[in-house]
Amino acid sequence: MTVTAGAFPIERVREQFPLLEREINGTPVAYLDSGASSQRVLASIEAVDDYERRHHSNVHRGSHTLSGEATEAYEGARGIVARHIGATDPREVIFVRNATEALNLVARAWGDANVGAGDRILLTEMEHHSNVVPWQQLAERVGAAVDWAPIDDDGLLDLDALRALLERGPKVLAITHVSNVLGTENPLAEISAMAHDAGALVVADGAQGAPKQPLDVAALGVDFYTITGHKLYAPTGIGALWGRLDLLRAMPPFLGGGSMIRKVTREGTTYADVPARFEAGTPAIAQAIGMGAAIAWLDAELGMEAVRDHERAIADHTLARLPEVPGLKIFGPPPGPERLGPVSFEIDGIHAHDVSEILDRHGVAVRAGHHCAQVLMERLGVAATARASFGVYTTTEEIDRLVDGLEDARRVFGL
Amino acid sequence: MDELYRDQILEHYKRPHNFGVVEAADLEYEDTNPFCGDEQHVTIKLGEDDRVAEVAFEGKGCAISTAATSLLTDELVGMTRDELLRLPKEYVLELLGIDISATRMKCAMLGLKIVKSAALGKPAEWEDEGEAGNPAEAAAF
Repeated sequence: MTVTAGAFPIERVREQFPLLEREINGTPVAYLDSGASSQRVLASIEAVDDYERRHHSNVHRGSHTLSGEATEAYEGARGIVARHIGATDPREVIFVRNATEALNLVARAWGDANVGAGDRILLTEMEHHSNVVPWQQLAERVGAAVDWAPIDDDGLLDLDALRALLERGPKVLAITHVSNVLGTENPLAEISAMAHDAGALVVADGAQGAPKQPLDVAALGVDFYTITGHKLYAPTGIGALWGRLDLLRAMPPFLGGGSMIRKVTREGTTYADVPARFEAGTPAIAQAIGMGAAIAWLDAELGMEAVRDHERAIADHTLARLPEVPGLKIFGPPPGPERLGPVSFEIDGIHAHDVSEILDRHGVAVRAGHHCAQVLMERLGVAATARASFGVYTTTEEIDRLVDGLEDARRVFGL
Repeated sequence: MDELYRDQILEHYKRPHNFGVVEAADLEYEDTNPFCGDEQHVTIKLGEDDRVAEVAFEGKGCAISTAATSLLTDELVGMTRDELLRLPKEYVLELLGIDISATRMKCAMLGLKIVKSAALGKPAEWEDEGEAGNPAEAAAF
């Protein structure tokens, strides 16, 4: 496969995902739940397999050959992640379990040291619980206050309201890059500039945004950015926190233990430099290598520009076809430059759970529920939505099967 | 006929029985299905004999959770609090009369869990998934 302008090499991409051969209820799976977790690309599966079979040892510990190979592969993965997101220095990339852990790390290590009683923390109404709860916990620990930047009725962040809330002088703005419910892409570069003018740091949750587009953390202007491997065609249990080197170096450790020390004596401990300071204990070596391999595959075989074009094409097709279903309401912006997947919706008279159950009979996998975004659900006035989310392997035919399945759901419910 | 979405289930979903709020309730509880955020609120008025005289529920939910609570609340009048606490999950499953998969069990049991919590006056320590649950333990509170 090569990077080609024009047609997205969808057939060749799909061949790289063994799970897509699965049948569900007698039909090939139409996996429209990549926003919850993507499927694994062969390059990642094989890299993990090769590592486990031939190279495993602990990292940064031995002078023997295998430890050297494991360390080289693990640090190689760090380099791949750094290049992929535009980090100038691989030391700015901390391996963590997932985006949730990355956000907790910032809220604990940076937050406890920099946010105090009476300070403000600014969140948005479209945040995933992973970018809400750690900040609420921080606010509770130190006596800070939390403000909520609202969205407008189209599901776009209200930038005027955001600007007004920034004038209250929050220490930090925690904001998602792409909403996991609305598919809204927030203009992080513009928002970061506004936040910095107001003296706030910007912590961006890239769990949904990173798999969909090219990344350049410097251009985005954020101070921290988080990614998670299992939404990037890689294993679970691995993600990364990117942070500005000066910020990371000024932060105390998050977890204590092996690997994160410079020297331990009976009297106390001095800590290692970053990234080791934030990687206590034996890390998820195989998973990190798997994430590196998946990202290397994306960059070498597709290129993230093409990935973004594909994501937008599938989102546009979904937004065009879903309104054919009577009584269906879509949440999130109309097609446009700030609209990616996922596409969340509800059907009048059928609960999202039942929609999902009936779609499953057709081999169509969507998520139903609150999507760990209950503040947003309250804003939208719903308890649950159904959500179709996409990956590099998603086809327009799968979206057509989604629409057919929804028609069947209406039939079952006598609508 | 659909195995899961039988006419009876859809009928109770579209026109749930006992839907609303009992005025001046003696027992009430509200809870959510943490999996999806669905909410139900159950209110119960006891008679002079301390038995359920009136029961109602309200909330948003899927066909399974709504039908289950609709069917369940049809059966509660005349029961004591102790009897409410002893209701096993099979009671609801029999009322539903359909096979409930593991993924939908929390939907089916939401109403029963809330009824038990209302009877206890606090969250019922009651495992609604996997095992049958032990109503005797719940009753021991």
